Amino acid sequence: MADLMKIRAMLKGDTTEVKVLMLHPMETGRRKNDFDEIVPAHFIQQVSASLNDKIVLEAQWGTGIAKNPYLTFYLKDAKIGDKIRVTWMDNKGESNNIEAAITAA
Amino acid sequence: MITRRNFLKSAAALLALVPLRAVAAVWNKAAFAATKPEAALQGLGITRPQSSSEIDLVAPDFAENGAIVQIEVESHIPNTEAIAILADKNPTSLIANFMFSNGAIPKLITRVKLAETCELKVIVKVGDRYYEASKNIQVAVGGCG
Repeated sequence: MADLMKIRAMLKGDTTEVKVLMLHPMETGRRKNDFDEIVPAHFIQQVSASLNDKIVLEAQWGTGIAKNPYLTFYLKDAKIGDKIRVTWMDNKGESNNIEAAITAA
Repeated sequence: MITRRNFLKSAAALLALVPLRAVAAVWNKAAFAATKPEAALQGLGITRPQSSSEIDLVAPDFAENGAIVQIEVESHIPNTEAIAILADKNPTSLIANFMFSNGAIPKLITRVKLAETCELKVIVKVGDRYYEASKNIQVAVGGCG
């Protein structure tokens, strides 16, 4: 399951840059497959990120986020070794999360 | 014995146990299902956004493939709490809403789908005030299939 998400958190100057990649089809529910059948909606609805277990970012997504979502966000007041955890949940109730420690750039 | 008073007491105690986060984390179906930007904004409780030069919106002028358009948004407005992203010509207007807290910088990079040439709009929430910036993006091949 680890391959469903990738994360890298780096301290650059006084700002921590967190890059996250999530493998997810992000189906809108409007696309048709080769048999002209509607592919059911399947997309990430909520993403949250925490720094040492404290929420720093909460996002709600619709179907307009591109397939295999990519997100970069930025934190101040974070240190090398601090733990960043990113969690997503989709419209089917499936979820995944990944944790990384902040490293030097 | 379950009396009304006891029931209310325990119900209140239970509610107090539910962390605020769980309450805030209900997906805003009304806003995301909206097919017009005005309705999406209404769903988010956004009223009268004012245009602001303090918002950076970096996106291509021309997108070859509307299925993957990378955008960067940063708000330089102090006390920015949230950034919403909308595209007026997508089947559903609201793309995402990001809420920042505890030292998160109101800046992000992500990739969106654009159905056709559109006005990409970002709306910044600062308390009960709202600010906006937008950019026209020409889309060659739509990506909202």
